[in-house]
Amino acid sequence: MFELLGVPPQVLMGQLLLGLINGSFYAVLSLGLAVIFGLLNIINFSHGAQYMLGAFVAWMLLEYLGISYWWALLLAPVIVGATGLVLEKLALRRLYHLDHLYGLLLTFGVALIIQGLFRNYYGISGLPYQIPDQLSGGQNLGFMFLPNYRGWVVVASVVVCFGTWFVIEKTKLGAYLRAATENPTLVGAFGINVPLMIMLTYGFGVALAGFAGVLAAPIYSVNPNMGADLIIVVFAVVVIGGMGSIMGAIVTGFGLGIIEGLTKVFYPAGSAVVIFVIMAIVLMIKPEGLFGRNA
Amino acid sequence: MKTYVLGALTVASFALPAAAQDAMDVKLGVLNDRSGVYADLSGEGSVVAARMAVADFGAADKGLNVEVISADHQNKPDVASNIARQWYDQDGVDAILDVPTSSAALAVADITAQENKILIDSGAGSTQLTGEQCQPTTIHWTYDTAALAKGTGGAVTEGGDAKWFFLTADYAFGHSLEEETSKVVAEAGGEVVGTVRHPFPATDFSSFLLQAQGSGADVIGLANAGGDTVNAIKQASEFGITQAGQSLAALLMFITDVHALGAETAQGLVLTEAFYWDHDDDTRAWSARFEEEFGSKPTMVHAGVYSGTMHYLRAVEATGSTEGDVVAEWMKANPFDDPLFGEGYVRKDGRVIHDMHLYEVKSPDESTGEWDLYNLVATIPGEEAFLPMEGSGCAFANAG
Repeated sequence: MFELLGVPPQVLMGQLLLGLINGSFYAVLSLGLAVIFGLLNIINFSHGAQYMLGAFVAWMLLEYLGISYWWALLLAPVIVGATGLVLEKLALRRLYHLDHLYGLLLTFGVALIIQGLFRNYYGISGLPYQIPDQLSGGQNLGFMFLPNYRGWVVVASVVVCFGTWFVIEKTKLGAYLRAATENPTLVGAFGINVPLMIMLTYGFGVALAGFAGVLAAPIYSVNPNMGADLIIVVFAVVVIGGMGSIMGAIVTGFGLGIIEGLTKVFYPAGSAVVIFVIMAIVLMIKPEGLFGRNA
Repeated sequence: MKTYVLGALTVASFALPAAAQDAMDVKLGVLNDRSGVYADLSGEGSVVAARMAVADFGAADKGLNVEVISADHQNKPDVASNIARQWYDQDGVDAILDVPTSSAALAVADITAQENKILIDSGAGSTQLTGEQCQPTTIHWTYDTAALAKGTGGAVTEGGDAKWFFLTADYAFGHSLEEETSKVVAEAGGEVVGTVRHPFPATDFSSFLLQAQGSGADVIGLANAGGDTVNAIKQASEFGITQAGQSLAALLMFITDVHALGAETAQGLVLTEAFYWDHDDDTRAWSARFEEEFGSKPTMVHAGVYSGTMHYLRAVEATGSTEGDVVAEWMKANPFDDPLFGEGYVRKDGRVIHDMHLYEVKSPDESTGEWDLYNLVATIPGEEAFLPMEGSGCAFANAG
């Protein structure tokens, strides 16, 4: 049996698969960021808090209303997306004509407020959320034990990611959206309600974060800081993929998950920084990102 | 006219009854994490515990006028030092309580000794507090990493799980916890078959868990804390690691963490604590009162603040002083029999010696409520649980 740098192939296969699973989270989260940046030019720093909201809403639905994971998967993104609509309508809308920095500061402030409120009410230790019965257990793949739930995460993310890409890049609705970003006045002149469309787009991007939060609730600690820890990595993913590139966000999300997974085998202590090292290299060689359209 | 009124008031104030004038002012400062990772296990709960101790001691009836104040040190040594100095120099604080996060606790211990006040630490885990960096005015009440390593490491190894694999948070705390536990494991006849250092903090542990699974170890020791431990356990259950026969040992875990996991996920987990609310009638009664005031069950850190405050007030009453050296000497000379920690005493180096308990987390079938989480496995007598004073590196305690 051959070994690669002292690592047996079974272990390597297992780690590749795990990387793909983590990549799923990166992909869904960075996709939301890319949609918002690409179509609204807003750097949405509250994305991590909105991801956390998704997980908390799922928990609340179960705890207070007895609503199961499957309904939460549908309802929580809608609820979190609705909070996004309110945020856009009340605040973000006023910042579109200003520098990116203002949107960044506003969303960052909103994130701190949301996290602070949840910390105050629910504490920092986190809340329990179980894997749904239908997805507990796992499959023995020979080289590793694959929990059913993780398999589900990959499938769900791939479907959502490519669905989103398809709508934005290949449908008439997507064409309107892209046109509205290029020239809102002209698109408005054709009788399309541009502000509404922009608002719904932000809501959709936020709903994606909420969706990732529900996916994460059964396997990661559900606590107010869960998004703050992840969001920095996700921003690095977006920068590597190219700000605003939908396909770039998806492909780099999955790809970096795999690279990070491999680092955990060969040099575990470096796994926290590998994505940032790659980001630095990409920024030096191709500042617009791997899939960026323009600098 | 004004002058006459003032004059009359001044005379009147001198004529107040003697008892009120003799009341001794004592100010206690609870300095801990009120917003970060340790906010649940210390935080406001420790303030509630300190106030309960003041009320239960009957301070007002005993001529002590005790005030409890609090502040957030944000787990930063510099912030903790500034607050401690301000409290001692300007606000008239006589003793600081709790102080989780070892680096912050060590900083406050130094200042406390310089000012000749008292630090009763409940939340921090470093053995340094009563080791090389010990101070005559430091009392380390609840636990330390050596006692946790001894309890969990020793009991698990002697129970037949001799091969250990460590999942270690890659910073000073994780390394020292791993090192101390490795020593205990070796002494008990076990061996360490592997270690993986994970970044701090980390969200995904699946990769590291898979490495642990492949190592052939009997038990996976989690040398990390808080959210890292919770995530690691949640994912170990998901990847069928415990079901496949490997067990998990959490080396630093509080009941708030277990509560966050739920019995379903945490069942079978072994851990060491100094205090559990459901231990006996006394702890149940006190915890019920605490829950009424605070809204959730107490952690061992909260319990330590309560008992420490009690013992401190006894010392102040007996000596009639709040001078650090005088109070510390009385606290060390007089053993206590405490409703929460049982019989114990403060050793010369400031280490409080009391029993530690090894618990196993109940299965959901056994658990009758959200806080009904532990079965007692073993009680480790205080003398065995904590490191001996000789060789601890504490200079003043070993001097003569």
